[in-house]
Amino acid sequence: MTATPAQQRPRTVGVDLQQNSEDTRAIVAAIERDNPEAVVRHMPGLVKIQTPGRLVVRRETVEELLGRPWETHEFQLAIVTYYGHVDEWDDDEIVIKWSH
Amino acid sequence: MAKKLPLKQRYAALTRDVHWEPSYVDPEKVFPYTSFEGIKIHDWSKWEDPFRLTVDAYHKYQAEKDKRLYAVLDGFAQSQGHLTLSDARYLNAMKLFIQGVTPLEYAAHRHFAFLARYLNGAGPRFAALCQSIDELRHTQTEIHTLSIYNKYYPGFHNWNRMHDRVWYLSVPKSFFDDAISAGPFEFLIAISFSFEYLLTNLLFVPFMSGASFNGDLPSMTFGFSAQSDESRHMTLGLEAIKFLLEQDEGNVPIIQDWIDKWFWRGYRVAALVAAMTDYMLPKKFMSWKEAFELYFEEQMLGGLFPDLAFYGIKPPRHVEHAIGEKDILSHQVYWVLYQFSFAASFTTTVPEPYELDWLSSQYPDTFDRFYRPLWDKARKIQENGGRFFFKGLPQLCQTCQIPMAFTEPGDPTTICQRHTVYNGERFDFCSDGCQWVFEREPEKYVQAWMPVHQIYQGNCGGPSVPEVLAWYGIQEGDNGEYLGSVEHTNWQRWHATAPVGS
Repeated sequence: MTATPAQQRPRTVGVDLQQNSEDTRAIVAAIERDNPEAVVRHMPGLVKIQTPGRLVVRRETVEELLGRPWETHEFQLAIVTYYGHVDEWDDDEIVIKWSH
Repeated sequence: MAKKLPLKQRYAALTRDVHWEPSYVDPEKVFPYTSFEGIKIHDWSKWEDPFRLTVDAYHKYQAEKDKRLYAVLDGFAQSQGHLTLSDARYLNAMKLFIQGVTPLEYAAHRHFAFLARYLNGAGPRFAALCQSIDELRHTQTEIHTLSIYNKYYPGFHNWNRMHDRVWYLSVPKSFFDDAISAGPFEFLIAISFSFEYLLTNLLFVPFMSGASFNGDLPSMTFGFSAQSDESRHMTLGLEAIKFLLEQDEGNVPIIQDWIDKWFWRGYRVAALVAAMTDYMLPKKFMSWKEAFELYFEEQMLGGLFPDLAFYGIKPPRHVEHAIGEKDILSHQVYWVLYQFSFAASFTTTVPEPYELDWLSSQYPDTFDRFYRPLWDKARKIQENGGRFFFKGLPQLCQTCQIPMAFTEPGDPTTICQRHTVYNGERFDFCSDGCQWVFEREPEKYVQAWMPVHQIYQGNCGGPSVPEVLAWYGIQEGDNGEYLGSVEHTNWQRWHATAPVGS
């Protein structure tokens, strides 16, 4: 296996979520399931999630883990900050990635 | 009942569809502020709002955020939560916060209300309106949260007046005044992009984690609650820059120039945050250096700027100086605060031995060589019954208004001093960055209200320290050395093993 030069590795994007509720726990689990390469780091009061290239939050996965209907707008109650570009935010999913 | 529209259509119907083009009034008269800066916009409808926020959703989720916050505040107050903080001296960081940051939230509220009226497009107007309401919410929730401490601790009582008058608070105040006295597009690049997207993570994220670590649940909750709005504000900043860059190629050099200016202005304000993070949290969580590397170098320089390179945007001018300062910044700033806290509305003290060791471990290249000896000396003076305060008035940088204590790039032992002569008068600067900012708009910065100059001119209550402090609104007990202070003695009394009052 040869190492990929730094400039060819996909840049990371990420979100920091509040560690405040059962809802957030389910959202973190959903993100981990839908983004297998996600690196999750726990800080006081906070969960930091970073993924290479692209991060997706899927409504269906969150609903399954939460056991109730969930609107993507509810993500606003969990998010503390993010980096990347919000590429899509509709009824079914939120996608964060760099554009260029 | 009709089925709810999908999110995209609901956003279009409730936000874009309520807009109309003025026909019987000249659009120039309706929107008079969006042409003088040289920015060219060809199609306002191209502005994207990825959050697709509508009025109903906005109120629903903001109400829920406030409900959660106030539940925490009530519980904390009822359980005498202030007694479970890591230490009373932790609150010095929160005094700096309410004096330095909360009034900026209010200023932001006012200016986004202005943008919500005067931007031509419906998309950015609505985003600015939401942000304006957010900023007012932040002002109010911060005042409510910290009022819990005002009952028991000095230094919290007069923050609004202090913000307008006190020397170290002119640093954040003059920064924001600079932004709101610029045109609307420069303001968006200054506050929404350079401050909110590039730098606020350093204030709200690791610092609020630190609040949680020090038992300050209310501040952590308002911090993260505010920051959840901030992610929308960051989006506004990123959309603003992409929109402006995509609208016209001629906008690119103007934007680059603003990024260069506002990165440095914002970074200098963040110097206060560096000192708070490393020195004012008794329980340490993440050093300024580590936060800077993670939230700025990795996420912004490594993530965002390669994205902006597509438009021809380069990383900010002087960014290498900021990177070069990450090992020294907090130490230099806190040493200034230590020497001048007799004239501040907070107290300072020599860091405990465990803190000095932590700083050594976080700053192996600089702390033991340059800064530990200063603290050893200060401790010795204190152990012999003295306390080192610098009783003169410091020279301030004409641009950032921080006392001239920063050092030459690459040489932490030589004070950096730059000057420019403009209209026959000499102006001094702490760094190449601040000198550069001055020289591109000298007519703006020669008007700066410099706290030290104002004292010498007799505009601050009188010539003596007590007169100036009275004019600031600082009362006995707010300022000086922490050990033996009102808050320290109270804290010891409240935590004594004997019952209170015995």
